[in-house]
Amino acid sequence: MQAEPQRLSAAVGAMGTPRERPSIWSRLDAASPSVLLMPTVVIVLALSIFPLIVSLYLSLSRFQFVRGGFQITFIGFRNYEKLLFGSEQRHFLGRIAAIEPIWWLPLALLGGYMAYLLFRYVTSPRRRIFGLVMRLLTLVITGGAALLIAATLSGTGLPGTLVVTLIFVFGSVALQYGIGLGLALLLTQNIAGKRFFRIIFLLPMMITPVGIGFLFRMLTNTTQGPLGPIWIAFGQADFSWVESASSARLAVIIGDVWQWTPFMFIILLAALEGVSRETIEAGLVDGANRFQLFRFIVLPEIVPVSTTVILIRLIETFKIVDMPNILTGGGPGTATESLTLHAYNSWRALDLGQSSAIAYLLLFTVTFVAMVFVNFVRKRIIQAFS
Amino acid sequence: MKKQHLILFLTVLVAVFATSAVFAQDQYAGVTIDVLTFTGPQIAEPLQRHAPAFAAMTGATINVVTVPFADLYQSILTDQATGTNSYEAFVFAPQWMGDYIVPGYLENLSPFVEADEALAWEDVGQFFREFSSTYEGSVYTIPLDGDFHMVYYRIDVLEQLGLEPPRTWDEYLAIAEAANGQDMNGDGVGDYGSCIAKKRAEQGYWFISSIASGFIQTQGTSQGGFFDSETLQPLVNNPGFIRALEIYKATNAFGPADELNIGVGDTRGLWVAGRCALTLDWGDIGSLAVSEGSMVNGLTGAVILPGSTEVLDRATNTLVPCDETTCPFAIDGVNHAPFAAFGGWSGGVSAAADPLVKEAAYAYLSYVSQPAQSNIDVTIGATGFNPYRISQFEDLQPWLDGGFTQEAAENYLGAINASLSSPNMMLDLRVPQNARYQQVVLDEVISRYLADELTAAEAAAEIEMRWNEISDELGRDAQLAVYQATLGIQGGN
Repeated sequence: MQAEPQRLSAAVGAMGTPRERPSIWSRLDAASPSVLLMPTVVIVLALSIFPLIVSLYLSLSRFQFVRGGFQITFIGFRNYEKLLFGSEQRHFLGRIAAIEPIWWLPLALLGGYMAYLLFRYVTSPRRRIFGLVMRLLTLVITGGAALLIAATLSGTGLPGTLVVTLIFVFGSVALQYGIGLGLALLLTQNIAGKRFFRIIFLLPMMITPVGIGFLFRMLTNTTQGPLGPIWIAFGQADFSWVESASSARLAVIIGDVWQWTPFMFIILLAALEGVSRETIEAGLVDGANRFQLFRFIVLPEIVPVSTTVILIRLIETFKIVDMPNILTGGGPGTATESLTLHAYNSWRALDLGQSSAIAYLLLFTVTFVAMVFVNFVRKRIIQAFS
Repeated sequence: MKKQHLILFLTVLVAVFATSAVFAQDQYAGVTIDVLTFTGPQIAEPLQRHAPAFAAMTGATINVVTVPFADLYQSILTDQATGTNSYEAFVFAPQWMGDYIVPGYLENLSPFVEADEALAWEDVGQFFREFSSTYEGSVYTIPLDGDFHMVYYRIDVLEQLGLEPPRTWDEYLAIAEAANGQDMNGDGVGDYGSCIAKKRAEQGYWFISSIASGFIQTQGTSQGGFFDSETLQPLVNNPGFIRALEIYKATNAFGPADELNIGVGDTRGLWVAGRCALTLDWGDIGSLAVSEGSMVNGLTGAVILPGSTEVLDRATNTLVPCDETTCPFAIDGVNHAPFAAFGGWSGGVSAAADPLVKEAAYAYLSYVSQPAQSNIDVTIGATGFNPYRISQFEDLQPWLDGGFTQEAAENYLGAINASLSSPNMMLDLRVPQNARYQQVVLDEVISRYLADELTAAEAAAEIEMRWNEISDELGRDAQLAVYQATLGIQGGN
């Protein structure tokens, strides 16, 4: 409080005598924002930007131990080439098969819808060259991804780590949202023990992912696990979660859903509790039933929060590694190997170039999905439900 | 107190008094040694257990730090390459040593070994002194363990079936099929004909080499079983390796439903619970079978790795029958190539440590390896240490004190000795970055094959293509030179 009159008088003095050099106090005052921000900027640069640049360089290099130390050799895009077109293609992208008829309709619908959106943009008065390029790019990448998913999940096809990650992301987040919203709706009702359940539902989120991985590893061990006798009692002594690719993926998704549904739950609960009571009561007076109340009053109010929380979980789930690593080691085969686990497997054999290349392709995928979600999906969902 | 624990306690007590004469009191007072190894309880257990006695004698503090097996290789490398130097000693797979020695991360221990009588260096089996410890003529690690794959069988189950222990892999499959579904531990539930740890990213990838060795290596240890010793062409895309793949997959039918997701810890648990008729493992099963709570004490037999009556002719890339020329080391017409998988846990010292710390770290590794400690440790299943000293094969008393019967000890040590003394023993891979060949490519492709993602022919072709890619990337000539140098080592005690 003492400094303020001094600063003001200095400023007034400076106005009265323009050629007078500014005082030390005013110069310090002017520099203070930069000085105060500097440590943060340096830390961010050191911990985030610098590793990002180094890992980009590593993704274009080969790392090798040589006598007396190590050597990093620049090899251009060879690591990316290996993943997309070379020896790692089947691992990364998967094995392509002829697309089965069951996929034709969804692919045609997706293609048609995207073409319609593009046509609408081209014919709209607000069209721009940049916007058109971005939309075309989105169409090509989304279409390519859809074709890849259909081709690797058809017949003799096998999904690579990219498609496996997409299965985890969309399967897991959809279940988390559905269950989280259901639990949140339940706890907005007048039921006994609300506070108790609120804490219980949050517990899985407090446990370390590695701990949950081991917990599910024990639970899914049908020969020696604690649930073994139950499986035997139900005549399923020879059942195994990891016998087939789909059940192994399901086990990983169940573990992830168990851990992260509480995150969805707590945020959606807060959103539901923020819905105006007056509007709901007005709806009741107008004769709306429970579904109508939810669809036309509650849902529009929680849609912005819902899309935000879905986006956060989408980005986080792309990085899934603990659960498949501990539960299945990425197996059987590569059925549960996520992109992060793929990168981690390369990294632990010190193939830093390939590991960094996978990490960059993951970064690109996450950024693309997040951008599409924010610019196309989120906006349309909010418009549709508002 | 149980007899085994009492003997262990007394032995430790005697060892403390005996070795205290060697170490000056508080010679390393104030020195802290951080030892990095893999998550136990095996291997880490004896390192932790011996620490207090060593501390009492020398004043040094021992901290044993553990990481999962799959992370150990790079944890050592990154600690040293980044100059973090958090650890003064490492206990690891000796096949990785080249990657640590070439950049200069491991201390040359030859001067220490030469001046260390208590270590009884000549008592260590020649194979372990060479393969597990020596690189380009100098000693870099101290052997703490001896590793071979063997087949274990249930004596009572085979007697009941009227079958002999398997000599070939076809016999292994026949026994597994006959025993599968029988109740072997009296709990009223059908048990398994064969239990093999096949989980990805664990130790499973070694087992395919154990099956393939008998088909691929025929002309002695120096022939090598991973690559052609003249061209470094991988020995995988051939009828021998493909047959091994088929056998490996065929064992799935006689194992637990989740066999593709179980590690050696799980299969060992199943074995001591009496749930398997056959298993393929390192020496640990022998001592675990006599441990407390085991249901197979006195019922566990061990035998050298089964082999084949048909072997790979490398010139024509076809399988040919065994005869005097094609299988000069065959036993009763069966070519055995016991696989020295892993080679045995060994301890090295960081070159970046201070001289006194290096000395103390070496002293601790030597202390754990000395006969007074190791000859007891190898008889205890929980240690994960298997015999590697000549005295451990010659003196049966520690084994008898450890709970073995005379017959069981002779059977167990006989199987290891048969492997160790075989002139056709197959060495594990010790070329630079062998983790990429085995831990990444072999592990992943075998896992995909077992999960029906690939056919046997596709799996063999993919391993060949990717191993060649790694060799070309790292320099084929340099890799070949190291491979040839490794094969110059001969087996035998």
